[in-house]
Amino acid sequence: MSEQSQHAEHEHHIVSPKVYLTIVLALLLGTGLTVWASFIDLGPWNPVIALAIACTKAVLVVLFFMHVKYSSKLTKLTVISGIFIFLGLISMTLADYMSRAWGRW
Amino acid sequence: MSDSTAVAHGAAADAHHEHPPYQRHHFETIAQQNDATNFAMWLFLLTEIMFFGGLFTAYLIYRNWYYPAFVASSHQLDIFWGSLNTLLLITSSFTMAMGVWCAELRKKSGLVLCLVLTFILGLGFLGIKTIEYHEKWEKHHIPGLHYSLKSFLDPASDTEIYAEYHDKPMALDMARHTELYFFLYFAMTGMHALHMIIGIGILGFMILRAQAGAYTTGHVTFVENFGLYWHFVDIIWIFLFPLLYLISRHA
Repeated sequence: MSEQSQHAEHEHHIVSPKVYLTIVLALLLGTGLTVWASFIDLGPWNPVIALAIACTKAVLVVLFFMHVKYSSKLTKLTVISGIFIFLGLISMTLADYMSRAWGRW
Repeated sequence: MSDSTAVAHGAAADAHHEHPPYQRHHFETIAQQNDATNFAMWLFLLTEIMFFGGLFTAYLIYRNWYYPAFVASSHQLDIFWGSLNTLLLITSSFTMAMGVWCAELRKKSGLVLCLVLTFILGLGFLGIKTIEYHEKWEKHHIPGLHYSLKSFLDPASDTEIYAEYHDKPMALDMARHTELYFFLYFAMTGMHALHMIIGIGILGFMILRAQAGAYTTGHVTFVENFGLYWHFVDIIWIFLFPLLYLISRHA
């Protein structure tokens, strides 16, 4: 099999600079937004909003800068299972702390 | 005997199909090789997520336990420097992504330019981090024998911070836990900075190689996977910045 035909059968997606520019502008906007929101007193919502913006920014980076949106199913599955296990570990750790020593330290 | 060697030799010659020089022999196609390296890079990044995840979880739990101490300590961080650093790092992620694009389109000078910009922005980030660390050093806010509780037992003495936040004096037993905040602050930002330093080192190596035309011959795996690493470091900062600098401003 020649090199050319292999390239043709496995299409390698090249993300265009336009997409990168859009994403970086969105990320900068998100940064501005999260700093601005931190100057407003929203009580318990301050950390919630800050984390929501951070998660959105992280998803944008993973999907576009890190090409996961255009990657193979194997890569997608790897990323998703990794995040799933990470969240599982955090919630199990928190559940343990909250059900044992919370408020009695 | 001589027959069997001839057959074996013939089979080996058949198995050795044509492929570009950068394709390893044990891969059937270059696409397979790319998939495998990409998969491996992601597995490495997942171990990194777990590693930083442990630090984030510790921060989450201790912040809830010693809430007043963590709030007062985080008031010591300068949101201006933090925001500027976020700006630098996000821009560096963009230049890195553009670098990958240049490599894929075999634009050598574009790639070198992007890598140099990423390199400079990374150094800028570390420079600002140094300014911040130096301030902690001067105020004795680095955990250890010389750690000082003055800013927390007597907030009015710390005039600049006091003017903005008007923190009330803390009882000694709570004030002592500010040291834990700074321990986590240095552990998290320090590990992040270490990743940046390693990244900048690799960037320097890549700039030299890119100038020699190494990544613009159709083989972009190294640049691409380094890009993944650099963006990952960016993501860590995207979470560190609000958690350490922002969420306690009004608490």
